[in-house]
Amino acid sequence: MSVTSIDTPAPAVFRTPMSAEGLAEKVSVRSLDFYYGGHQALKDINVSLYENKVTAFIGPSGCGKSTLLRVLNRMYDLYPNQRATGHVTLDNEDILAGAQDLNLLRAKVGMVFQKPTPFPMSIYENIAFGIRLYEKMPKSELDDRVKRCLERAALWDEVKDKIDANGLSLSGGQQQRLCIARTVAVRPEVILLDEPCSALDPISTAKIEELIDELKEDYTIAIVTHNMQQAARVSDFTAFMYLGELVEFGDTTRIFTSPNDRRTQDYITGRFG
Amino acid sequence: MTDHTIRAFDSELQGLFRMVAEMGGHAEKQIAESVNALAKRDTALAQRVIAADAEIDNLQREIEEKAVLTIARRQPMAVDLRDIVGALRLANDLERIGDLAKNIAKRVVALNGEFPPPKLIRGVEHMTDLVLEQLKLVLDAYARRDINKAMAVWRGDQEIDAVCTSVFRELLTYMMEDPRNITFCIHLMFCAKNIERMGDHATNIAETVHYIIEGQPIADKRPKGDTTTIAAVPTAVDR
Repeated sequence: MSVTSIDTPAPAVFRTPMSAEGLAEKVSVRSLDFYYGGHQALKDINVSLYENKVTAFIGPSGCGKSTLLRVLNRMYDLYPNQRATGHVTLDNEDILAGAQDLNLLRAKVGMVFQKPTPFPMSIYENIAFGIRLYEKMPKSELDDRVKRCLERAALWDEVKDKIDANGLSLSGGQQQRLCIARTVAVRPEVILLDEPCSALDPISTAKIEELIDELKEDYTIAIVTHNMQQAARVSDFTAFMYLGELVEFGDTTRIFTSPNDRRTQDYITGRFG
Repeated sequence: MTDHTIRAFDSELQGLFRMVAEMGGHAEKQIAESVNALAKRDTALAQRVIAADAEIDNLQREIEEKAVLTIARRQPMAVDLRDIVGALRLANDLERIGDLAKNIAKRVVALNGEFPPPKLIRGVEHMTDLVLEQLKLVLDAYARRDINKAMAVWRGDQEIDAVCTSVFRELLTYMMEDPRNITFCIHLMFCAKNIERMGDHATNIAETVHYIIEGQPIADKRPKGDTTTIAAVPTAVDR
């Protein structure tokens, strides 16, 4: 059995710089304010998620990046005392409007969390559960769909012989990929990843980063990460947030080689605090 | 600029910059002494210059090693990354300058017994003074991260090129006049060309300093005054 060398993830990758011109806006955030009770956690956020691109959100703890992510699928609705004002549109439809069907929104805008959260069901059921809520189909078709989702999440080869085993019996990295498979099962358009690799080893992290590269062909992706090198590797655009404000947004290559704002530079070079 | 949270990172970078400055000092000394040896036909000094080149080569190796280690350890971003890439580029240019000075020193040994006219030597010395000024200015620009000084060096290479072209023309006429002049003229031609190349390396360093400070290369084309590639033997009509 060969020993896989664990390569330390490489420093900033230099991709062809992209401009925002000619790119379709999938999600548009304009003048967004967010409050936890009396405390304002997001201040006048203006940002765009471009279609089939990966946008990374970086910043020190407490800057509001996870909060922003949770606005995009109205997660905050589950909690009292949390409210958002401003405009957030998905394909030009206002997400923040009261009349929004939240379940449909959360199928369209999927989320993967830092700690893998598979359902306490079989691997098969983890995927099938969500599909069944929205679609009716014969078992053979469902089997096919489950298989394709697991293939999409680069998990099929590892679990095809134990598809009825409990999802919780998988390793951390596999569980996370199961969560990603579960997310793509309900045919989302946007995938939100909140520090998806923080709890994982380098090899699992590399597999998920590879997966993100493949997924962006079909989905628009937003990722919150503490790992700057990861942001530089996987994303096309990067947003730096600090104390609830969006300090700088731009092409990832430019942000990590010559950012405009001093605070951005201080953060990414480790001069903060 | 504030210090890094991890202080070892700062000291690694400072160590790198110090080595580059040291290398720059050595290069300046080598240039001055090699041309001095040429002017005075001092073969002993020339031998010392040849031997001292090893020190510059060692420094380049050390700088490369340290830079690669810093990249692997610290995964530098933005200005830190540009600083380290800049140090690598500078080490490269300074090492080439050292080699060019060594080459001049070697020719001093080869010229043993020859007596080039003082006028020609003065031309070469003039070029050397200009190059030493450029190098000093650009190393200062690097140490202080001074964009204005760097751009002044970048524009100033034309003068060196112009003197080189005129030295070339002189050498051509000498060679035409008397075949016995050919040997030393050829050697002096190479020396002049070497010094002109040193000037180009100083300009490279200026471009690197610009990149470190601004985050992108200079947009304009480098002003050139070197027409030695089209310098021709003057005909009876020209004279």
